[in-house]
Amino acid sequence: MARKLLLEHINVPGINTFETYRSKGGYAAVEKALKSMSPDDVVEEVKKSGLRGRGGAGFPTGMKWSFLAKPEGVARYLVCNADESEPGTFKDRYLMTNIPHLLIEGMIVASFALGAKTSYIYVRGEMMPQIRILEKAIAEAKNAGFLGKNILGTGYDLELYVQPGGGAYICGEETALLESLEGKRGNPRIKPPFPAIAGLYGCPTVVNNVESIAAVVPIINEGGEEYAKIGIGRSTGTKLISAGGNVRKPGVYEIDLGLPVEEFLFSDEYCGGIANGKRLKAVVAGGSSVPILPANLFLKTINNEPRLMSYESLSDGGFVSGTMLGSGGFIAFDEDQCIVRNTWNFARFYHHESCGQCSPCREGTGWMEKVLHRLENGHGKMSDMDLLVDVSKKIEGNTICPLGDAAAWPVASAIRHFRDEFEWHVTNAAVATTRNYGLAHYADPLPKLETA
Amino acid sequence: MLRVEETQVPVEFSQELINKFDEIVARYPAGKQKSALLPVLHLVQAEYQWLSSAAMDKVAEYLQIKPIEVYEVASFYSMYFLRPSGKYVLEVCRTGPCALVGAEKIMDHIEQALGVKEGEVTADGLFSWRGVECLAACGFGPVLQIGPEYTFYENLTNESVNNLIEDLKKKG
Ligand SMILES: Cc1cc2nc3c(=O)[nH]c(=O)nc-3n(C[C@H](O)[C@H](O)[C@H](O)COP(=O)(O)O)c2cc1C
Ligand code: SF4
Ligand code: FES
Repeated sequence: MARKLLLEHINVPGINTFETYRSKGGYAAVEKALKSMSPDDVVEEVKKSGLRGRGGAGFPTGMKWSFLAKPEGVARYLVCNADESEPGTFKDRYLMTNIPHLLIEGMIVASFALGAKTSYIYVRGEMMPQIRILEKAIAEAKNAGFLGKNILGTGYDLELYVQPGGGAYICGEETALLESLEGKRGNPRIKPPFPAIAGLYGCPTVVNNVESIAAVVPIINEGGEEYAKIGIGRSTGTKLISAGGNVRKPGVYEIDLGLPVEEFLFSDEYCGGIANGKRLKAVVAGGSSVPILPANLFLKTINNEPRLMSYESLSDGGFVSGTMLGSGGFIAFDEDQCIVRNTWNFARFYHHESCGQCSPCREGTGWMEKVLHRLENGHGKMSDMDLLVDVSKKIEGNTICPLGDAAAWPVASAIRHFRDEFEWHVTNAAVATTRNYGLAHYADPLPKLETA
Repeated sequence: MLRVEETQVPVEFSQELINKFDEIVARYPAGKQKSALLPVLHLVQAEYQWLSSAAMDKVAEYLQIKPIEVYEVASFYSMYFLRPSGKYVLEVCRTGPCALVGAEKIMDHIEQALGVKEGEVTADGLFSWRGVECLAACGFGPVLQIGPEYTFYENLTNESVNNLIEDLKKKG
């Protein structure tokens, strides 16, 4: 049984209250950091830990912190990204609901490291219950002297506020989030300047995911080097995985990075296999934005090595035969699922969520949705698959923010790996509206892939 | 696109509501009161069930910004209603992972149970429903939420939906 760094006490009754959290050693990281470390020491520990951003991009957190500009007399901000809207991802909600003080504690330590005197947690507006949970936790922490003026007598002041969003996936993108926090539409900004130089109100700002900030607590308690001993290669530490779709035991699991995917998917400690005794057809391993893989390519890399739950192993093979760890939104598809229908559903999602600033994204996502809709409903043409790949290529890399790529990849990868299923929707249009293509050969031994 | 159902029914915010606005504005640096816009709109919608142009103009006045700055925000975000909604809006997640576990059938069932199409309001003014995108509860689908508290209902079945509707009817 792997060690849990974030969820160790998640089942302790009352762990959502300050008292119980404290009695389990909570807020020790705040005491240690504020009383015995300098802000730079904290940044150094996070660097040593090798922690990579848990929001999706996997950028090293310590490095991001060290880029923060520190001009004299200008406020700096830490903003926690709790927008969690990537389909398949539900770990941040779980963490905030059950162990809110872990996030608050991480926010205090991280704010101290960055020299922020005011920090915000931007929570998607639909999570009103979680917003109330966090506000209660903040009030408790403040009461106990861990927030506000002169924290623990160290002279450090910090105010922490929770900000609700308004329902828009794009506000998870960090610059759209900052726009939204300024009371505007969530239109991503053109970078540079990066938030580290000009972020919230034009001031230097760090945006970090909920889980990244929570991970700072064990890193400070145990030391960055100890944290880095967990995991494999450049994938250090533990990661929360949201397991959903057709797994037998959906839920949030904390794994050591490097766990074999087969163990994660089939062992009783984690997903417990596929529900209803069905077989696995495909997996989206890191949230809807990452490439979908057929079962065979997911379980093994193209070189016939077992795949691991790590940044490197999941992306082994690049976009030809690999995928990405992303946000850890793990979606399993059983043999009865229709890949065309799901691809249409995701394309519809991205079209709905495009902020509309860039024409390739605004128009391209609309085209993809329309073409996929006709394929799914028996009106498709054989040329549609090439058309979709063409549109996806025209979006990719040609937009202000990565939502364009996030919309293009799922479509391109579905056609790459499941082309025969798409073609079947054209050649058997009438049947395709009444039944699914099934498992076909997607779970068979590895296919021979041409290099793209 | 922006279509605000015009009602010019005058809107006066209660002192209690204004106090809540003031509390929110205090979270931001001086001069950055516009940051309060999203949270303030949530409070206004919780009070009136939707955002009329008269209500949005009042918000603009309170935050000392132009009305258009309020409209463009209210129309961008999916949680704000620009026309009257039912008292209870059943918002069902329709995105991929929930669709894998039966979200579409649940939406069909709700349409049938309430007797109104997506976005329409029942004759008694009590209910409307719509599909929304991933609610970050994908492991427990199908799911729906009901504002303004945004209470969550997970692992929905036709029976649990029927019971929920009955309970809300009794509550009125
Ligand atoms: C369209 C889009 C949506 C995103 N949604 C989220 C999100 O919901 N939560 C999140 O933490 N990061 C999200 N990100 C990534 C953020 O832009 C940013 O990289 C992240 O918050 C940085 O935190 P981290 O370094 O701790 O991961 C999104 C990015 C894009 C392009
Ligand atoms: S890529 Fe799409 S979501 Fe991102 S800025 Fe452009 S239009 Fe908006
Ligand atoms: S897909 Fe329905 S909650 Fe995520």
